[in-house]
Amino acid sequence: MKYYPVTKLTLVLALMMTGESHAIEQQVLFTQSLAATCANCHGTAGKGIPNGSIPKLAGLKNEYFVEQMQAFKTGTRPATIMHQLAKGYSDEQIRLLASYFASQQP
Amino acid sequence: MMNRRSFIQAGVSLALMGGSVSAFAMRGAKVVVIGGGYGGATAAKYIRWLSMNQLDVTLIEPNKEFISCPLSNLVVGGSRNLSDISRPYSTLEKNHGVRIIRDMATQIDTNARSITLSNGSQMSYDKLVLSPGIDLNMASIEGLPEAHASGQILQAWKAGAETLALRKQLESMPDGGVYAITIPEAPFRCPPGPYERACQVAWYFKNFKPKSKVLVLDANQDVVSKPALFKKAWEDNYKGIVEYRNQHKAIAVSPKEGLIKFDVQGDVKADVINALPAMRAGKIAQQTGLANLANNRWCGVNYQSFESSIAKDVFVIGDAIQVAQLMPKSGHMANNHAKVAAAAIVAQLNGLEINPSPVLTNTCYSFIDDKNVVHVASVHEYVANERTYKVVQGSGGVSTGSTELEGSYANTWARTIWSDMLE
Repeated sequence: MKYYPVTKLTLVLALMMTGESHAIEQQVLFTQSLAATCANCHGTAGKGIPNGSIPKLAGLKNEYFVEQMQAFKTGTRPATIMHQLAKGYSDEQIRLLASYFASQQP
Repeated sequence: MMNRRSFIQAGVSLALMGGSVSAFAMRGAKVVVIGGGYGGATAAKYIRWLSMNQLDVTLIEPNKEFISCPLSNLVVGGSRNLSDISRPYSTLEKNHGVRIIRDMATQIDTNARSITLSNGSQMSYDKLVLSPGIDLNMASIEGLPEAHASGQILQAWKAGAETLALRKQLESMPDGGVYAITIPEAPFRCPPGPYERACQVAWYFKNFKPKSKVLVLDANQDVVSKPALFKKAWEDNYKGIVEYRNQHKAIAVSPKEGLIKFDVQGDVKADVINALPAMRAGKIAQQTGLANLANNRWCGVNYQSFESSIAKDVFVIGDAIQVAQLMPKSGHMANNHAKVAAAAIVAQLNGLEINPSPVLTNTCYSFIDDKNVVHVASVHEYVANERTYKVVQGSGGVSTGSTELEGSYANTWARTIWSDMLE
């Protein structure tokens, strides 16, 4: 890509055109980043893979997700690994993850 | 924070493009990713995805296919083929619009923001993600450069042709022979890897060459990862086959006599020598001076964004970085670095704040045989006032013992993370 000499006017014009929608929102980006820490095992955006043995998270009900994560944390739901990973997330982070995955198409 | 030059460039190219509809500041900004391993491929995909495909992303990677280091020990052991652990890069292009250049980057000018490829052509960037992996310092063991070049002593630590060549050496070895793996002082790529490899070779010997032995010659004081689990596996599954010796730092090899020399301990003879030399950040990181820490071995980064501590707009991820406390040099971790860097780049190019509290996870599964698996896992949070990551208190841990259930999770983990980075 070539770049051309810039004047203040071009910059202003460029800025004016940037006011459209589809802008990246800060909080959305932060939440996507947090949810991306689940994606290694549960798939991008929690969508999993075909015939995988690890549950998909996309589309899980908000309350169900929170309940299960808390159950992993307290040890009431036994697990091989999730009891160790769940303890790495705060209640607030779990709430954010729950609403994110609830809003994803399974 | 958005950088003025890239902002202007983005704005200008936007202005030149005319009235495109969903235009905003970052459109037209150019991101280049060097290296398509667990870190780089993930970065390329996630920058496209998190920017809603607004950023132009180019991946420079010489290989046609991605070949996974995790699970490659199973190819050495003979329970998998190389094709089982390979995936095409083409899905990054097809599904995400990443431009792929099949070449090596040979030079980076971080002041001019330009990259030179091995074919001599140059390209510029607004943001660069450098995921160069490791360089194996063959010269750290006397005689190894020549023995490796001639194919007599292999590393097979970068999965691919050498993985198959090591497998062939084991197949050709007569029953009653000795396989020896030498392990350098930590840190090195994949802390549980050498011990998993010992298990895989022992599994092969147990089933096909039961009089043979596996010698694990470790420069470290003890097994670096999951010590209790690996030692239990050697005791329970491979008694009389695997022998572990700590404080064995290899300093010289002689393939003709099948000899390994150590700094303190006596010489060891083996039929197949698998020497893992000291490791450091990939060559290009050394050449550009980005490997600025630990005697120019690893790259210093600002952990909140993974931007280089010495070069603006260059983000270094994966095994090449100077790690924070308890952060392993693993593919899973590289994938997580990549996501933090990708989000930081998208934020910067949009004039947004960089996430003040990024999180990283790590899971390393290790195969004890062809089916049973153990893990180590951790969650790492960025602690702003100390500018580093720490393991979240109470999180993480290891398996209680090896199981087939974890074997099934390990297989799904692999297929899922490959999909997460490439598809």
